[in-house]
Order: sequence, then C-alpha cells, then structure tokens
Amino acid sequence: MQTGTKISGFAHIGLIGWMVVGGVFTSDPDPFEVREVSVISAQDFAALLAAQQPPATVSQPAAMPVPDILVDTPDVQTEPDVEPEQVQPSEAREPETDVVPEVMPTLPIPELEVTDVAPVLQPPAPEVSDISPTEAPKPVVRPVDRVAPTPVAPPAPDARPDDVTNPEVSPKEGAVTPQETQEVTAPEEANDRIVTEADEGANLAPARSVRPPARPSVPSAVTPAPDPEPSPQAERNNPINNALAEALAGTDTPTPEPTGPPLSQGEKDALRVSVSRCWNVGSLSTAALAVTVVVGVSMTPEGKPEASTIRLLSSSGGDGGAAKQAFDAARRAIIRCGSSGFDLPSEKYGHWRDIEMTFNPERMRNK
Amino acid sequence: MMRLLVSILVGLILMSAQVMAQTGPLRIEITEGVIEPMPFAVPDFVPDGAAAMDLSTKLSRVVASDLSGTGLFREVPGSAYISQVTDFSAPVKYSDWKAINAQALIVGSVKVSGNQLTIQFRIYDVFSGNELGTGLQFVGETDGWRRMAHKVADVVYSRITGEGGYFDSRVVFVSETGPKNDRHKRLAIMDYDGANVQYLTDSADLVLAPRFSPNGDRVLYTSYESGFPRIYVMDVGKVKRQVLEKQDGAMSFAPRFAPDGRTVVFSLYKGGNTDIYTLSTTGGKSKRLTNTPSIDTAPSYSPDGKQIVFESDRSGMQQLYIMSADGGEARRISFGQGRYGTPVWSPRGDLIAFTKQSKGRFHIGVMRVDGSDERLLTASFLDEGPTWSPNGRVIMFTRETQGANGKASLYSVDISGRNLRPVRTPEGASDPAWSPLQK
Repeated sequence: MQTGTKISGFAHIGLIGWMVVGGVFTSDPDPFEVREVSVISAQDFAALLAAQQPPATVSQPAAMPVPDILVDTPDVQTEPDVEPEQVQPSEAREPETDVVPEVMPTLPIPELEVTDVAPVLQPPAPEVSDISPTEAPKPVVRPVDRVAPTPVAPPAPDARPDDVTNPEVSPKEGAVTPQETQEVTAPEEANDRIVTEADEGANLAPARSVRPPARPSVPSAVTPAPDPEPSPQAERNNPINNALAEALAGTDTPTPEPTGPPLSQGEKDALRVSVSRCWNVGSLSTAALAVTVVVGVSMTPEGKPEASTIRLLSSSGGDGGAAKQAFDAARRAIIRCGSSGFDLPSEKYGHWRDIEMTFNPERMRNK
Repeated sequence: MMRLLVSILVGLILMSAQVMAQTGPLRIEITEGVIEPMPFAVPDFVPDGAAAMDLSTKLSRVVASDLSGTGLFREVPGSAYISQVTDFSAPVKYSDWKAINAQALIVGSVKVSGNQLTIQFRIYDVFSGNELGTGLQFVGETDGWRRMAHKVADVVYSRITGEGGYFDSRVVFVSETGPKNDRHKRLAIMDYDGANVQYLTDSADLVLAPRFSPNGDRVLYTSYESGFPRIYVMDVGKVKRQVLEKQDGAMSFAPRFAPDGRTVVFSLYKGGNTDIYTLSTTGGKSKRLTNTPSIDTAPSYSPDGKQIVFESDRSGMQQLYIMSADGGEARRISFGQGRYGTPVWSPRGDLIAFTKQSKGRFHIGVMRVDGSDERLLTASFLDEGPTWSPNGRVIMFTRETQGANGKASLYSVDISGRNLRPVRTPEGASDPAWSPLQK
C-alpha cells in the first residue's frame, strides 16, 4: 500500500516538477517589429526640407540632345522564309445526285386592289375614360284626360279606375265577423296642368333655379295709402254687416250661436280639399270659367250637405247664364263629395252647420 | 324680454277673442278643382213602335259619339247601368245613376210615322236631382235622323256647358288621292264628324282653299280651271258655280266671305306684287286694301266685319297683321320666333288661330287679338290651315305626314290643346273649312 502510494507520490511530484521546469505553463513572447529611429536637430530638419523643394520654373526648356545618327547598321541575319508545303487536295468525290424536287403547282396570286388613294388610317381611339357624370333624362309630361291639383301617376296595369270608388277593406285581426278583402279603386291618372301636343317632349324642368327678386327700393317719403274700397268679400266678412243683414232679414228661426272652439285651419283645409276634388270645371264654357260664385249650404250633423239648401248667394265676372253654369258645377261638387259626409268634427257642429263656399276658378283658367 | 312675452300674450288673447267672436256661417274659398270629362249616360232612346226599334239605338249612339268626341264628356258604358229606361215619362231613379257616377242622364224616345221621325228627349242633372231645362221634341224626315241626333247633342252640350254646340254642322274640304307628285284634288263636303261625304267637283282641275259663306249656302274656292288660279263661288244646294273674279294676267286666291256674306276679301297677284282686295259678290270693281311691295295674303274678317287679320312678309318674315276692313295702316300682332301664317278669326272674336313654323316643325296655335297669350296646340311635320268650329271651341286643320307617300288628313283639337284627334275621311283630305250651324 505504502509502496504504491509512494510510487504515485513520486510520480506526481516528478510530473509537476517537469511541467514547471519544462515551461509547459510559459509561452514564447509575440514577435514585434522594431524600427530604428534617429534623432536629428532642427537645422538638419530644415536642411532636409530645403533639399526636397521642387526646382525653380524654367521658362524655356533646354534643348533636347540630338541623337547620333548611326550610319553603319549591322545586318541582321534572318532565316529565309520557308515555302509552305502545298497540300494536294484529294480527288473530289462525285456528289450524290440531288433529288429533284417535285414541281409544286403554282398558286394563283390574288390580285391586289391597288388604288391611287392611300387608305386613311383611322386614328386609334384615345384611351380616355369619360368620368363626367351623365345627365339623367328629365321627366317628360304626358297628356292625360284629367287635370287635378295633385298629379297622379298612372295606375298599375292590372288596376283600373272605376266610376264606383271603393275603399280598401282588409280583414281585421280578431274580428268576429269575417270581412271580405277588397282592393281600393285605383286613382285616375292626372296632371296638374293641361299638356298640349306642342308641350310633349319639351324640357319642362327648370334649367336653373329662379333667382330671388331684387329688394324693392325704399321710398323716400311714405305717403299714407288711401283707404281701399271695401270689397264684396270684405263686406261679407264684416260681422257688423252680417249682424245687420241678419237682423233686417228678420228670420223666424234664429240660428243658435255656435259654442266651443271654432274649426282649426287644418279642419278647414280638409274640407276645402274634399270639395275641390269634385269641382270639375272641364265641361264649363270659357265664359263660365270667368265667374266666381258664392254658394251657401246647410249641413246635417253627419257632415252631409242638404241638397235642397244649396243656393247661389252671389256671383261676379259673368252674365246670368255663365253664373248658372258655374253654380251648377259648384253644386255638383258639393253633392258628389258630400254624399258620404265631409270629415268634420261633430263637436263643432255649431260652427259648420252653415257654410259659405266661394268657388273662384281663376287658377283653373290658367291650367 | 318681459316686454316681448307680454306682447305675445296680448296678441294671442286678441287673436283668440277675434276667433271666438266670429259669427255666421263657416266660410271657405276653393280655388283648385279638377278638369276631367264629365261622365254621362245615354240609354237607347225608348222606341214608340216596332218601326223605331232600329233608330232608337242609332240615335243614342250618335248623341253619345258627339258628346264623347268633344273630350268634355265621358260616356258611362251601358254594361254599368243598374236600371234601364223603358218609359220616357217614368220618374228617374237618381240613386241608380249616382251609384255609377253618371252626372248627366239623357233620356229620349223615338217615333216613326211613315217618313216622319219624331224625337223627344230630356236631360237630367243626376246629383242635383233636377231636370236641366225642359224636354224638347224634334220632328223631321227619317232620312235626316243623323242630323236630328246631332241637334239633340247640340242641346245637351249647350245646357251642360253653357255654350253653343257644333255638331249639326258641315265641313267643306279638298279630297286628295294619289301620290304627292301626281295628286288629284276635288272639293268635297261632309258632316263635321266625317259622315255623309259628297263631292262637289271632279278631279280634272286643281282646287284649293274652299270657304263657306256665313249661312253655309255657298262655297268660295280657288280653281286652276283656266290655267290661272281664279276664285269661284258655288251654290252648295245646286252645285252650280261661277267665276267671281277675273283679271287678265292676274292670279286671285285665298278668298273668304265677309260676315255679311255680300263681300269677298281675297289676294291678287298682279305685276309681281300680291296685295289684298275686296269685291262684292254681285260683281263690280275690286277695291285694293293693301299697297306694299310685300306679299299680303290669307285675309280673315273679324266677326263684326270691322277688321281683317292677314299675313304679310313686309317685316322680312311672315307675320300676322290686323287692319281696318277698309284698309289703311296695319298693326303687327305676332312677335314670337318663327313664321306665322293663315290666320283665322274666332267666331267668338276673342282669339285668332294661326299656323306657325318654328325650329323645323309646324304648329297650330291661338293668340288673343292683341297678340298676347300665344298658345301652341299641336306640333308635327306639317300642320296648317286652321278653321274654327261654329262655337269657337274646336279647331280643325290639315296634317300631312312626311315622305313621298305622305298623306294629308284632317285633325281637330280643343282650344285648350286637349282632345287632339283625327277626323275620319274616306281619302286624303286637306284645307278644311267649317260651316256655321245649320238652320
């Protein structure tokens, strides 16, 4: 045991000692370049710079040395040219007989049409895409048989206007009595003015909006306007005159004063529109179309006119015959459109029990 | 701010007080209505006897056609009738006619005794439940049943519209056959609706521009019978003619009667100039009314006979002028773009119908006597030669289609521009002239 340990100990010691002594742990230094320099004085350095200055500029270059002309030139011995050996061509072989091509039939050459006039080349279409907006076609009015305040589009092809106007009926949900469905009568096509053949196709849309009129100039001195003559309409609207007329008339059955709020403007407009729908002036003479008539009528509480009470109160603008035609048209309008009752508020019956309707066809003359 | 609120409050109070104080009936003004044909019903006239069966339907159909043709009326078809009229004297069931929206009802009866035809009729305003006027009766010959039907329609038209009718009238015109380069023309006369066409001349000579006399018994026209255009007058009843004006080396044309029927106004081309002249129908010397180096032609009298409207190119372009019936200074009344020609004064005296050429199209138009309110009623390749219906409500004119095979035909239009429709003729037709109502 000890022997082994000793041997191992000596071996290790010897190894370590070899490594230390043998320079295993040391390395050779890197080789480096050594340059020798010499230290010189300032005078020597200035003298050294002066020696490296370029020479002074010479205005005329010195004459070039003329080379000596060599009279006798040694002969240059050259080898004579060697004649190239002529290569005799070998005997030519007979070429193989060419295959005679078959003669192709001559194709007829189409005759060209030659003209003296050079063809005009069409310039290629410029590749310009038009992105300007296209003008939409403007609506063109069509002449129709009916002229009404509100234009009505032509009915659908499967719909037909009828003389008997039917309201639309649809079954109500939860109704006990089943109702038959009924289609509403199609309204008749109408225009808001007469369209003649000369107007057809004409561009009726305004090209531009109408500019507002200029502001009127302010008068320098305001003069009081004379009192206008009271018009018949104004006189009729005068409650004093009405009261006097009523008192003088001495009616046996006094009309009870209406109570409650009067009709609103919307309710009056609804009545006006209802009557105007049936006021047909198409069959009136031009003389009757110049007459304005005031027609009085008494209404039932259900909103229906009492035909026997329809009377002509006054007329203006024409003779008796024309006034009669105008009155007949007004009476037809009241009866026709009132046959099913006007839509009037029953709680205000006192205000509309008696109605005076003025039929003024002035606008209709210009249709 | 406070002051503003107080002002508003006071205003509202005053307004409400004014409204509450309003007494008397409710007043509304209606300024907008509708223009549409009035629905009417005309059941077959009740026949009195078997001999009248055929005519009962024919009469009612002519009446219905006359009224519907105006564009002012629309017939409710018989299939919609709820009740039938079997007794002329039975009371009318207004409710049945109201239900089908018939606003006017014409009921008639017809009786035939030998060659005598008796027609009775009544007109009812259905919605007011009244008879329009009183019943009438016409008696005539059975051959004249169409004329009698026209007379019934005239009465109905007059009672509903308030203006005279025009159904019992005739039209004289130039009947045309053949292509444009070989057209044969002859004078013809017919009822206003194209029925009963009769020819007054043969097609041997070119004839132009016939015009009725004020009572419809004579016709003036221009004929090339002598090689030159000359004016002839024809008695329509006897179909006899005579030349009215002849001057050597002169051409006379465009004649028209004065309202009194004793004077004729016409154009005369002489010495390279065309002027307007008048001439008595009994002969004598013509009187010159215009004396200008321009072409003055197409004269037409006003209904009172005091003025004449004519066309002239004295301004460099065809325009319309009015002068006194005795001649003298003329005033221009047309100032629109284009050329104006063939003016005709309305029987009512308020309008002048004319032909206008503008932008490559022809128009028939009307304007007031002072030239205002010009309205163009038609537009086509070629419209010309207007003539007024006796009541001044309808204009008839010539329309010619384009091309070598173009054909001339007659059209009529309401003065409102509505109801443009062709007049049926057996052949081509041009140059119409409407007669007055027949007596």
